[in-house]
Amino acid sequence: MFQNFGEMIVLLWRVLRLAPQTWRQRGKVMEQLFEIGNASLLMACILSIFIGGVIALQIGPVLVERGMQSYLGGIVGLSMCKELAPVMMAVLIAGRIGSAMAAEIGSMKVYQEIDALQTMNINPNSYLVLPRLTAISVALPLLVIFSILIGWIGGALVCVYNQHIGISFQAFFSDLSQTVKIKHLLNGLFKGYVFAVIIGVVSCHQGLKTMGGPRGIGRSVTKAVVNSIVLILILDYFLTRLLQYFD
Amino acid sequence: MSATHPTQRGVRVDIQGLRKSYGGQEVLHGIDLTVQPGEIFALMGPSGSGKSVLLKHVIGLEKPDAGEVSIEGEPIRSQAVRDRYRMAMVFQSGALLNSLTVAENVGLYLVEHRLKPPAEIVRIVREKLDLVGLNGVEAKYPNELSGGMKKRVSIARALVIDPQLILYDEPTSELDPLIAVTIAEEIVKLKRRIGVTSLVVTHDRDLAFGIADRIAIIQDGTILFAGAPADVKRNPDPLIQRFLNAEFKIHIES
Repeated sequence: MFQNFGEMIVLLWRVLRLAPQTWRQRGKVMEQLFEIGNASLLMACILSIFIGGVIALQIGPVLVERGMQSYLGGIVGLSMCKELAPVMMAVLIAGRIGSAMAAEIGSMKVYQEIDALQTMNINPNSYLVLPRLTAISVALPLLVIFSILIGWIGGALVCVYNQHIGISFQAFFSDLSQTVKIKHLLNGLFKGYVFAVIIGVVSCHQGLKTMGGPRGIGRSVTKAVVNSIVLILILDYFLTRLLQYFD
Repeated sequence: MSATHPTQRGVRVDIQGLRKSYGGQEVLHGIDLTVQPGEIFALMGPSGSGKSVLLKHVIGLEKPDAGEVSIEGEPIRSQAVRDRYRMAMVFQSGALLNSLTVAENVGLYLVEHRLKPPAEIVRIVREKLDLVGLNGVEAKYPNELSGGMKKRVSIARALVIDPQLILYDEPTSELDPLIAVTIAEEIVKLKRRIGVTSLVVTHDRDLAFGIADRIAIIQDGTILFAGAPADVKRNPDPLIQRFLNAEFKIHIES
């Protein structure tokens, strides 16, 4: 496990040193961005609207009972911003994109395509890892913003149309706009960015160390997804503690 | 393999005391070999004898446990040496990038190192594909090609580098005899045209004795003998003779 951590830190360091080459790889970054968007936007939309709705559904009746329904917008707004959108989108991207990254790089490793790159003096970190890490670092924070907005809409719809809650759109968004500040959005964006780096590095690292044919590729994909999600959930706690200092 | 071309001729390859183990099992037991500039050197041996592992060390894909591979006297593991000398490898499987078209695969080196403008790259790609007898396949993907075509695309990709050293890993395996002859002719033509040094790993006896200037026989990670093809044939070592004279003689007792 410690060896894996060490290797991932080395990989991240090597890719960061290649950052000046990002502009040269812009074509591949755009390709990856398109793939990430294509593979996750619809799913992100469905997940976010239902998660926003479920929070409203769970908390709404409790607050109504205590006459505190006017706080519902703020609670849904904050929980989407600070916690649910970044973590949910990160888990989604780990499953859909991290797995694809590990599988693609893993099969390139197994079928000697990476060896071929090296014999042409093409650095696999620059050719394969840098565009993927850049794309995911841009895409995940954007998806987090998207998820927050859709989650709010989901929460609002439930608040308006559920007979046990029944507050207006205006009331919901009025409380939300008073409670949620730019710093809360930045909080979610920062988490999204850190999670993106984790998913990118874990998945590319697993892909690059794939051995042993199709079964090896399968193992790498599973490890990439599981390790990413475990790291995201552990790091989420520490990031939350850290970000509380800026609240 | 940079844009700076110090020389057009082939390079000398020295392998000294090369040892490599995997999981505690030594697969190369102190290999010593020299490949002269511009020669076709065939490395023959049965499967699992360490031929491909040796090739990976020569191109710098593997790090030896002991010993050294050097190009013109300079160690291959040094990035400066890899930048200075142009080397290419034709993999047994072709190792074409499946997500790229044939043209993109062949032009990859020039594109990634920004050595030529796009229009020039298109011209060079077409020229190299013509050289290996492939026309009209530029837009195809590797999975649309036959085994022989993949190998020829792989050779075209190697030619784009304008190499001083080409390594071939089983260039005729999985090919029918006609395509195998075409590949063998390409290897010889390349040597004559650009004086490239060629190191061919194979267990195809016809190929080795047909094109090689010198042949080495490797068995269990040890070089049994290296010399001119005629000397290899005359060598009395029973392991060499058994390998060279193996034939299908199947007796089924009724």
